[in-house]
Amino acid sequence: EHPKMSASQVKGVSTGTTILAVRFRGGVVIGSDSRASIGGEYVSSRVINKLVQVHDRIFCCMAGSLADAQAVTKMAKFQLSFLSIQMESPPLVKAAASVLKELCYRNKDELQAGFITAGWDKKKGPQVYTVSLGGMLVSQPFTIAGSGSTFIYGYVDAKYKPDMSREECMQFATNALALAMGRDNVSGGVIHLVVITEDKAEHVIVPGNKLPKFHDE
Amino acid sequence: VDMALSNVLELPASGFNFENSARNAVLEDVLGDGKTKTPKPMKTGTTIAGVVYKDGVVLGADTRATSSEVVADKMCAKIHYIAPNIYCCGAGTAADTEKTTDLLSSNLTIFSMNSSRNPRVIMAVSILQDMLFRYHGQIGAFLILGGVDFTGSHLYSVGPYGSVNEVPYLAMGSGDHAAMGILEDGFKPRLELDEAKTLVCSAIHAGIMSDLGSGSNVDLCVITRQGVDYIRPYQESEFKDQRQGRYKYKPGTTPILRENVEPVEVEVMQETVQKMDTA
Repeated sequence: EHPKMSASQVKGVSTGTTILAVRFRGGVVIGSDSRASIGGEYVSSRVINKLVQVHDRIFCCMAGSLADAQAVTKMAKFQLSFLSIQMESPPLVKAAASVLKELCYRNKDELQAGFITAGWDKKKGPQVYTVSLGGMLVSQPFTIAGSGSTFIYGYVDAKYKPDMSREECMQFATNALALAMGRDNVSGGVIHLVVITEDKAEHVIVPGNKLPKFHDE
Repeated sequence: VDMALSNVLELPASGFNFENSARNAVLEDVLGDGKTKTPKPMKTGTTIAGVVYKDGVVLGADTRATSSEVVADKMCAKIHYIAPNIYCCGAGTAADTEKTTDLLSSNLTIFSMNSSRNPRVIMAVSILQDMLFRYHGQIGAFLILGGVDFTGSHLYSVGPYGSVNEVPYLAMGSGDHAAMGILEDGFKPRLELDEAKTLVCSAIHAGIMSDLGSGSNVDLCVITRQGVDYIRPYQESEFKDQRQGRYKYKPGTTPILRENVEPVEVEVMQETVQKMDTA
């Protein structure tokens, strides 16, 4: 008896997904698709928001089981708001990523959720962290995750440049997500992007019919 | 898990016990090739839907409850009261949806008494999410929660694992594919009340026609700032049966052949009188 080749072993609603975060000059862009699926066959929602604001200048994107990811981000949001009151200052992006990491690592047997945390803080400026399924925490200049990310490793490795401008970075993120959504069946819908800088966090939506096209006749 | 000593009494832990769930999952895998399956709980096989319109929310449901192939209840109520401004449609395991919504309603009533306020829809959703996540999907409740509070009209889907999604229109249950087709075609933002009611009714009707687990009548519930209009039924089934015979029998239909009366002897063993202190 051989194991089933299923797109996801997540029970219940899965975020399928392509998520990414990229650092640019003066900020970060964090982005995701908007598809939620069940069993790799049925799209249960085509407008799900996977970008969660855990603090004023810190966002997370969710991958894996939607229920698990929502529970973890709710807990993280609470812990960070408490932390910011205790410390009398906004939390560091690394602190936010660590909170998620602790939750994922300590409960790794029960949870099936991974995250990308990105944001801006006064100490180190714009940062991107990835917390994988088992609770590994790594800081990178840019990162991609989710089932759709496998299709765009080549693209991001070739096209990423350090110190991009805001517009270049948004185009890079949009292209990467569009390419992944075009190839992965459990990623799709619209592109959600959040651009975080010292001044503000701006939410941009690229609707399905405005996605960049790549030889799609 | 700590090892229990054989001479120490171990009291069972309170709350839901998951030991058998893990065992059943292993047994299903091991007892080969899907031939052995654990017994399945009773489900309502349902079509439920909800739509946010200009002034509030319209929720709809069919009214059939099945017990395998037999219709157990032709007029069961699937739209549950949660709060004066919040109602919830339930699909999945009948007992789970009933008890979960009951528990939620009781907790929110206590909250309302303490705070003199109607609860917000997001509060109901958060409580449900917490509870269902804690039970790891063992509570088979697929819910559509709709309500109106001072922040506006809201419609949420809540899954059995605790995932929550706010949406403008939604269908769930075994008939959801059919209903979703109607909703995707007919929904527009800011519908009028009549349009919304017709849309939800057509969606449920599609479920009733195309799904064997859904049937009978359509119930609707309209929630606005001003109040709630629970219309049960909104549309009756086109396939109503006519009873062919009478099932009631007159007293005396069964003749009495023999009568035997035997008094039961009761002996008073002990009598105690306790005076009530009415001072």
